[in-house]
Amino acid sequence: MLDTAKTSKVEFDYSGGERLTMNMGPQHPSAHGVFRAILTLEGETIVGVDAVIGYLHRCHEKLSETLTYAQYPSIASKTDYVAAMTSELAYVMAAEQIGKIEVPKRAQYLRVIMAELQRVASHLLWLGTWCMDMGGALGGGATVFLYCIRERELILDLFESLVGARLLYGFYQVGGTRYDIPDGWAQKCRETINLIDARIGEYESLLEDNPFFLARAQGVGVISRELAEDVGIAGPLLRGSGVNFDLRRAAPYSSYEDFTFNVPVETGGDCFARYRVRMVEFRESIAIVRQALDRLPDGAISSRPGLKSVAQIRIPKGEAYARVEGPRGEVGCYLIADGSAKPYRMKWRGASFSNLAVLPHIIPGHKIADVVAIMGSVDPVFGEVDR
Amino acid sequence: MTREQAKALIDERFSSAQVDGDAPTSAEATASRPIVVTLPVDQWTAFAQFAKTTLGCRFFSFSSAVDWKEQGLEVVARIDNLDDGVGVMMKARLGPGVSACPSLVPVFRGAEWMERECYDMFGIQFEGHPDLRRMLLSDDWQGHPLLKSYAVDTPHPPYR
Amino acid sequence: MEIKPPVPQIPAPIWRNIKDLQEWEQTHQRRPEGDKHSQLFESVTEGIHSFPGGFVVTTVADAFLNWARKSSVWPVTFGLACCAIEMMATFASRFDVERLGMVPWASPRHSDLMVVSGTVTIKMAPMLERIYDQMPDPKWAVSMGSCANSGGPFRHGYHVVKGVDRVIPVDVYVPGCPPPPESLLNGLLLLQDQIAHFRKTGRRALPNPKVD
Repeated sequence: MLDTAKTSKVEFDYSGGERLTMNMGPQHPSAHGVFRAILTLEGETIVGVDAVIGYLHRCHEKLSETLTYAQYPSIASKTDYVAAMTSELAYVMAAEQIGKIEVPKRAQYLRVIMAELQRVASHLLWLGTWCMDMGGALGGGATVFLYCIRERELILDLFESLVGARLLYGFYQVGGTRYDIPDGWAQKCRETINLIDARIGEYESLLEDNPFFLARAQGVGVISRELAEDVGIAGPLLRGSGVNFDLRRAAPYSSYEDFTFNVPVETGGDCFARYRVRMVEFRESIAIVRQALDRLPDGAISSRPGLKSVAQIRIPKGEAYARVEGPRGEVGCYLIADGSAKPYRMKWRGASFSNLAVLPHIIPGHKIADVVAIMGSVDPVFGEVDR
Repeated sequence: MTREQAKALIDERFSSAQVDGDAPTSAEATASRPIVVTLPVDQWTAFAQFAKTTLGCRFFSFSSAVDWKEQGLEVVARIDNLDDGVGVMMKARLGPGVSACPSLVPVFRGAEWMERECYDMFGIQFEGHPDLRRMLLSDDWQGHPLLKSYAVDTPHPPYR
Repeated sequence: MEIKPPVPQIPAPIWRNIKDLQEWEQTHQRRPEGDKHSQLFESVTEGIHSFPGGFVVTTVADAFLNWARKSSVWPVTFGLACCAIEMMATFASRFDVERLGMVPWASPRHSDLMVVSGTVTIKMAPMLERIYDQMPDPKWAVSMGSCANSGGPFRHGYHVVKGVDRVIPVDVYVPGCPPPPESLLNGLLLLQDQIAHFRKTGRRALPNPKVD
């Protein structure tokens, strides 16, 4: 019988003892897509994580060897499906680099406008789903989710009036863009981004005045600068860990050198730092869109106009690696062309693939609830991870 | 560390490497082109270590492979020096029929997942990799899809 | 103490017991006649229906139960790929589905509907089948997007299942890549019409050309 006089406090010693293997399976409510993490737990603390991916492996790289340069950009959207134009841009830029195809200035500015609008839309979705993960789908978390989706729908309306599709477009082609902006689009775009600019301030104050949000985001998931570079993560994760590297500054593509914008860098390395980086990126993207709309030059939208989807563009032998600063980091397309209408080999350097590779290094030591916050702040899109 | 300095350092240290073998292939500015280094396979890890310590290329971008049908496989890796904007693209041809390559995991931790994917897609065994198993396909999958001998619509009963 | 990462336990492929594709397709085409409800309930309903004038009772019960079932279809959040983003947009502020009674619910044990949004790959198919099996009857499945309908743009890939109807029985197919939320809402309303056609409290009616 328990002698309560001597044993007033009962202690459990877990170290080296009971370890539980728990599966955070491919279907789970933290709406990031098909990701499976096999967690080894000691009590509530995670001591090991094995990330199983590949549930969305759709054979992009093999399929690209069977599709022409005109057919593939629509399929390329489906890698990073939240910011679809980023991936298209990487593929199209790689083909243009090998073929030495010039892109007219108007097309370059249109590309910049679309890329920055995609960045705003993608960060809105990130903010909504991250807060929903941390707050619970039916609890308070859906608040920020519904607000952000409301704003994102406004941007998707702009894309719909331009391209015809809301989420996955075939807007870019080798040599420029496929469509030109219709009348009144620029005015509508300006109104939309002014509205979003005003509302982002509201969301920031909503979140940062909330002590629960701060407790869940600060100090969680710290990525050191050395780990960040070693693993190869990029984008807001890298800039949240103190490395001042943005492809739009370091290796400007598509006329980014004509625009003035700041690159936010935070040294915290935790979820809160990455959140701050993305919130500042909202405003910088909006500033870039304003500058581009003001200075949009007239001219052709493509150096190869009239390219239908069955046209054959032949790219001469060569190889190129084109990188684009997507909302998640460096999206790259390593293309080897062999003179025919189809590439010989195409490799996607997916930003989320490298970003996810950091998870087994930072998660051990945290609790299960922190995994959700970290996954959200890493912001993976599984089309890019599994390709 | 400019591009020219880096090239000079590579030339003096790795004389058997071919630096920037062909003419410029891209329309982008000369300064931001990567330094393309073609190496023999046994210097793969040594060169990566040299690039990380001496050239300051600490950012591991990606590593992959290419199947040149009769000439065998070729492994490719790209590492960057973020502060100076110098990129190095390393390539090494494994001979025909060879599918073993030293691993970059002791030098860069990001190579772990990239090399697992290379093994999955091409069948390249990386020596020194701590945990080489399939990444994107199921563990019991037969065949390595990205080899040119594998058809894109290979059936897999009963789902296909 | 050195922590070795655990070996992933992917469920054993269920096709090992099956000889070939033809046998598999035969097992999957035998769709359950009605739902798995109790024999007692079914015999009582049959009895009432065959009683002279009893059809009034069953018709009224049908109307009531079908209205109840179709007005509160809870989808399990099974977003796989790009269509998941459009599905989330459908569940969100502009194209609200909660006004139709559909509350997206993460647990399959408490949901009625599975909206398969996205490409089904061979690695994911056993998981999908497992989640579908965990849902209690009556359950429905909507195949959203061209990848789930037939494999989509990735049909020729080695790792892609040519349509989710090779894995689970599907009630409504919604085309598009991705289908905009208006299309998905159309599909969900069609599903509600199908549910309204249950007869004798549970038996699925044959497709009615006037409505479907």
